[in-house]
Amino acid sequence: MKKLLSLLLFSLSLNVFASGGADLQSADIDLTDKVSLQRGAKNFVTYCLGCHSAKQIRYLRIANDLGLDEKHVLKDIAPEGAGIYEQLHSAMNKHDAEKWFGTQPPDLSLIARSRGADWLYSYLKGFYADKNRPFGVNNAIFEDVGMPNPLWQLQGEQQPVYEIDGERRVLEKLVSSSAGSQSPEDFDKTVNDLVNFLVYVGEPVQLERQQMGKYVIFYLLIFLVVAYLLKKEYWKDVH
Amino acid sequence: MNLKPTRLRMCGNWVLDRFPLAQVWNEHMAHYYAPKNFNFWYFFGSLALLVLVNQFVTGILLTMNYKPDAKLAFDSVEYIMRDVNWGWLVRYMHSTGASAFFIVIYLHMFRGLLYGSFKQPRELIWIFGMLLFVALMAEAFMGYLLPWGQMSYWGAQVIISLFSAIPVIGDDLALWIRGDYVISDATLNRFFAFHVIAVPLVLVLLVFMHIVALHEVGSNNPDGVDIKKSKDPWGHPVDGIPFHPYYTVKDVVGVAVFLLFFATVIFYMPEMGGYFLEHANFIPADPMKTPEHIAPVWYFTPFYSILRAIPDKFAGVIGMGGSIVVLFLLPWLDRGKVKSIRYRGGIYKKALMLFVISFIALGYLGTQPVTPLATNMARIFTAIYFGFFLLMPIYTRWEKLKPVPSHITMQPTLEERIPELKAVFDEVTLVTEGENAKRGFNPTGAKNVLVRTAKNLKESLD
Repeated sequence: MKKLLSLLLFSLSLNVFASGGADLQSADIDLTDKVSLQRGAKNFVTYCLGCHSAKQIRYLRIANDLGLDEKHVLKDIAPEGAGIYEQLHSAMNKHDAEKWFGTQPPDLSLIARSRGADWLYSYLKGFYADKNRPFGVNNAIFEDVGMPNPLWQLQGEQQPVYEIDGERRVLEKLVSSSAGSQSPEDFDKTVNDLVNFLVYVGEPVQLERQQMGKYVIFYLLIFLVVAYLLKKEYWKDVH
Repeated sequence: MNLKPTRLRMCGNWVLDRFPLAQVWNEHMAHYYAPKNFNFWYFFGSLALLVLVNQFVTGILLTMNYKPDAKLAFDSVEYIMRDVNWGWLVRYMHSTGASAFFIVIYLHMFRGLLYGSFKQPRELIWIFGMLLFVALMAEAFMGYLLPWGQMSYWGAQVIISLFSAIPVIGDDLALWIRGDYVISDATLNRFFAFHVIAVPLVLVLLVFMHIVALHEVGSNNPDGVDIKKSKDPWGHPVDGIPFHPYYTVKDVVGVAVFLLFFATVIFYMPEMGGYFLEHANFIPADPMKTPEHIAPVWYFTPFYSILRAIPDKFAGVIGMGGSIVVLFLLPWLDRGKVKSIRYRGGIYKKALMLFVISFIALGYLGTQPVTPLATNMARIFTAIYFGFFLLMPIYTRWEKLKPVPSHITMQPTLEERIPELKAVFDEVTLVTEGENAKRGFNPTGAKNVLVRTAKNLKESLD
């Protein structure tokens, strides 16, 4: 019985997100940090939008939510020629995508909601050199992914260190083999900003939602007190 | 001066002369006598009605912007979440409402098991209630396809393919339900039609019959005694009080508490860690890519577990269907002479406890990927689930019943128990002497309280 219970408790601790093998690093998500979101937006357009769209959000919404001027968004963030009411479409067409990558890169509007922030953070930091892959890189979090490392210039190159466990080779850690244009700390911050932005894009309303929740719950607490007193008044002659 | 109210009253009377509004109101509210000892478990009927209304209102608002089209459905939901004014709130109220509906209904059904509310003369209320439960499951299942995410698509694919396990007609039946060889635009359109009009009509009709049947025989209560047996000189039950205003004001308190939980989920955790809105459902449906782990939403997982626990596919389908069918038979399976668990024997209490444990465990296992250990555990819990019902005609005959009082008993309310709770708190804590007196933890007191609670628990199971 005891054994059964401990087994049950052990299986309870399995995470809902758990799908990759490696442990995830945790991203520091703060949607009130507008500057981080602005950097994330710029980096997203620079490094991701070439292949991935985020078609559920418009430049106008980003300008409004991130406290930016519309002209500034068009000049500094959006790619050349994009309009303020447009969604974040990718310049790459479907036909080319399938020719180059074998599949169409997914839309990233909801990627933070399906994968989770920590997964994205670990994934973007998890590319390492692998000669057997078409683009020369593999990923510690998403094995044999068809995507090249978009941030390699910033991060530099990483080499895998394996641990031999019987017959199997297990990836133990990644070590930097050539430095990128950013220091490791700055690179972590860049990735974090990017993930922060993706979390925002996944549900742009979430900050407003949480702020509104306080008032709703405060109102309901008062309503509960009034309702309880009314009930007590009506019920005082019931014995 | 008095002209206006009189005119108004005349208009009112004109209607009342032609429509039995006052009669209906009195029969079902103002002169409907309910036992005065309803406890916590009796909030969930009115809460189910509240959630039903919530689903109707938010559902109607959602249909104004939703597109039942395989090419547009997923994006139209995100359009509601982002570009429609207050769309996110309406959508979260609807998605959270679906889960809340099942929580409320499961607790409502459990109340029936506790106090024997399905027993003579309330068998028909239970049958209507079970039909409501089946209709609700159909409603939820078809509604879950509409967002057209990966879990919507593959969940529906798995469940509908179950019909093809039926011998001879299976494949044709599954084809007929889908309207295509796979889940497709045709399936989405018909599910939309069922979800927004056909099943809701059935639900409303069944709720009406459920309540009419209840008001015909009167409500049961935590003591399971018939309040109609002793009446005052005016013909009202001595142990009863008019539903309105007593239970309307009481249910409003329940509504307030429920809404507090409901609002907390909507505003702070609308995904509920992937249980209310599954993570994989934020990926658009892709007929070419099967997810590695397909799990239905949490409220179906106990039945899904039973399906997976049985090795043969067709037998599994029978098992899953059977797990619902046995619930219908409950009024005739239970041979106990007493309604309320307060006066039933320990054997029923223990059986019910085992049943609740196995139901929750099956629900949990249904969300997890299949492993040999999980499958074996699901088999044990499936056996307990069916054992609870199918062995009932035997073990309920052995029960040692306690004497049932002739009148209902009033239990102390939470407010009346405050001194008692304070005494327990004093026993568990210890005030240190000295200048800055502090309350600290008292291990011996805590041990005494724990031992006493365990003893009470053990006694209450006998």
